[in-house]
Amino acid sequence: MRAWFPYPLLSTALLLMWLLLKQSVAPGTVLVGIVLSTILAWVLLKLQPPRSHLRRLGHFARFGLHVIADIARSNIAVARIILRSRRQPVRSGFISVDLDIEDENALALLACILTATPGTAWLEHDRREKKLLFHILDMDNAYTWRQTLARYEASLKEIFQ
Amino acid sequence: MSHLTDLPAWAAIAVCGLLLMGAAMTLIGSIGLLRLPTFYDRLHAPTITTSGGTILVCFASMLCFAVLQSRWIFHEVLIIVFITVTTPVTLMLLGQASLYRHRFEKPQDVPLKQGPHAEKDRE
Repeated sequence: MRAWFPYPLLSTALLLMWLLLKQSVAPGTVLVGIVLSTILAWVLLKLQPPRSHLRRLGHFARFGLHVIADIARSNIAVARIILRSRRQPVRSGFISVDLDIEDENALALLACILTATPGTAWLEHDRREKKLLFHILDMDNAYTWRQTLARYEASLKEIFQ
Repeated sequence: MSHLTDLPAWAAIAVCGLLLMGAAMTLIGSIGLLRLPTFYDRLHAPTITTSGGTILVCFASMLCFAVLQSRWIFHEVLIIVFITVTTPVTLMLLGQASLYRHRFEKPQDVPLKQGPHAEKDRE
């Protein structure tokens, strides 16, 4: 099974993308999608990306919902800050936190989340010191962001163990 | 071709609302890009456009064409996914380049590099 489908999650995602793009579930489309996703997974095998195992997909779904809620909330918060910025100068600043995640895919996911969230920008991760430097737009909420990051770190560790 | 006038009133109102909110988010993002004082602050403004603005406009499009063609339409989700996955690459690249430059030119304004390499870099 592993020899045929080296990356089952990737193959499933590619198949899903193919079906969405074609907008049909006709047998022919599904067949071409399965062939394509299998071949592309073999191509990826040649590139030898770092492999990680996802555990607890239920946790993953809950984590996703949390992230969406956080992104929605910070969208509104940052919009408010920008609209007020003429009367009230922006108090932004850098934050450095300890981040105990080694898995490269987990780090990539965290980087995507932090950058997609308005109000936080991932700047630098020191792998040896396990420190992450990021910039936030609202220093008044620094404590909240630290807590959010600690929550993300715990969830990601649980998912990517 | 489907005609937009065929859209029932409730759907038209919802689509208009989503579109206007999405456009407003995009506008706020652009205003932020114009108003915010430092480069790092300006990094945050376009993320409003790419997350809030894109998502709302894509939802409006999904709702509009789903109602017009009376079937479920999901392929706009791909736009949201790909934009969310690709924007961080640009923003991180810009952030890192700017951090590197500021450390070289104005090291008092930005946090210094930590760790064993720090001393060597400072010289």
